[in-house]
Amino acid sequence: MKIVVCIKQVPDTKGGVKFNPDGTLDRAAMLAIMNPDDKAGLEAALRIKDETGAEVTVLTMGLPKADDVLREALAMGADNAILVTDRVLGGADTWATSTTIAGALRNIDYDLIITGRQAIDGDTAQVGPQIAEHLGLPVISYAEEIKVEGDSVVVKRQYEDRYHEIKAKMPCLITALSELNVPRYMTPGGIFDAYEKEVTVWGRPDLKDVDDSNLGLKGSPTKIAKASDKVRKGAGEKVNLDPTESVSYLMDKLKEKHVI
Amino acid sequence: MGLEEYKGVYIYAQQVDNQISPIAFELIGKAKELASDLGTDVTAVLLGSNVKGLVDELAEYGADKVIVVDDPELETYRTEPYAHALAAVINEYKPEIMLVGATAIGRDLGPTVSARVKTGLTADCTVLEIGDFPLNPTPGQEQKHNQLLMTRPAFGGNTIATIACPDNRPQMATVRPGVMQKLPREAGRKAEVIDYNPGFTPNNRYVEILNVVKAVGSVKNIMDAKILVSGGRGVGSKENFAILEELADVLGGMVSCSRAVVENGWLAQDYQVGQTGKTVRPNVYFAIGISGAIQHVAGMEESDIIIAINKDEDAPIFDVADYGLVGDLNKIVPQLTAALKAELGK
Repeated sequence: MKIVVCIKQVPDTKGGVKFNPDGTLDRAAMLAIMNPDDKAGLEAALRIKDETGAEVTVLTMGLPKADDVLREALAMGADNAILVTDRVLGGADTWATSTTIAGALRNIDYDLIITGRQAIDGDTAQVGPQIAEHLGLPVISYAEEIKVEGDSVVVKRQYEDRYHEIKAKMPCLITALSELNVPRYMTPGGIFDAYEKEVTVWGRPDLKDVDDSNLGLKGSPTKIAKASDKVRKGAGEKVNLDPTESVSYLMDKLKEKHVI
Repeated sequence: MGLEEYKGVYIYAQQVDNQISPIAFELIGKAKELASDLGTDVTAVLLGSNVKGLVDELAEYGADKVIVVDDPELETYRTEPYAHALAAVINEYKPEIMLVGATAIGRDLGPTVSARVKTGLTADCTVLEIGDFPLNPTPGQEQKHNQLLMTRPAFGGNTIATIACPDNRPQMATVRPGVMQKLPREAGRKAEVIDYNPGFTPNNRYVEILNVVKAVGSVKNIMDAKILVSGGRGVGSKENFAILEELADVLGGMVSCSRAVVENGWLAQDYQVGQTGKTVRPNVYFAIGISGAIQHVAGMEESDIIIAINKDEDAPIFDVADYGLVGDLNKIVPQLTAALKAELGK
């Protein structure tokens, strides 16, 4: 069985978010990590590998420095890694990104493709289902449990107030929630091996059945009209009183605002 | 592609168990504004099995037309037959705008359909308006008028982008639940009803639903609550949430929580506020023992009034709170509940 996991390198928002004095985001000060939903997807694939001996390939589209997250994936136990990188792919929206990744995946044999539900920088949750659409595969989004049964997968698909247990024949695509599991750490031996292994690098000419008009900034149907860092709402009043005084202070405010 | 052929503002009228989801009415409310700016009308697209009875409700909330695709294949949501139905409606009726709720269904259906009809999709929008693209005249570039300008937060709510889809139709967006306002219900209002069935031929993409399991106890949705009493790691234990329940009860609100609480197994994920949980906009949000990690703040900062109670006076939650109380929640919360009881005569 062959599994491809699509991963993305994203700036870390967890804990270490830094702001400039004007309240905007200081991106340069933030670390780049493997997107959490993708990492859960990778862990799910590695657990299938542990059980069945499946071959796990990780694939990312990004800048050359995205090599870091591929090495991390190799150190966790992935077998192969592919970096899709090319200047002409820059500025892609979800349509152009999914077109690119689908073009890369057409070169590979797979039974199962796993992507994260969404990346923490864009939060769109679009690329997974759109890859499935380009490749004509069944898609199961929002997976909170994945089991392989013969030539099918059985997935717990999360909704707001329920889950569906869904069975799909492979090949298919699943988008993983970070609640799916707790990803393993890299092993020291794995880290050593990861830097010995070769990462396959593909550019525009390696994408199969893809038209230039669907790639990069030019091939993106959505265009940014305006972008700005949100200046966060300022702090209000803060008091440090004994509990009784705190409560009467708050009661006054709740009355003033007609809450009570 | 003749963009001018595409007309009308369409919304996907999500139903689950043959009940219209609240997001459908919110989308109609926003669509009416957009349609009025464009001089066109609002069409709701209703997909399901035996759903004809839901048409009047959509009309009473403002839909001018309702396109109904009623087929046994659509009994329970599955990506493929639903994407096939919605894409077929778009290709047949050519809307200029197609709005879908950013729900667990819409965030699967939207991207699949947008890729199928070859258009852009902007996710999780919080503001939609009609305007020019580019926003200001730019030498060497045609400024297009009457474009849908879609504004969305990204990066856990730290950046805001306004996005257009000038060269493809329909202009598609998923819209965050709870942000747009529904119109008052107008009893007896009727819509033009159009029955349409593109035909369904099951293929490899039709998955099999083995089981539907409804979450136990999720009787109410925190997104509907006017007052939320939200607890974090600082509450200390599952048992100690009782003092938050009492405060919520006296105010007629609900208890919600941060991610840490779910991870500790104190409350179910249904109650989680934040980037990986729900986005809420209550009238009053109490953040009790919540430090205010960015992922949490992204899910609650649009609340009208934010009250933070935390013993750490440097907790980032105070940066977004309207009223911050530095102190021990175990003392303040029960006293507050008692004071409210006395005030409200309970």
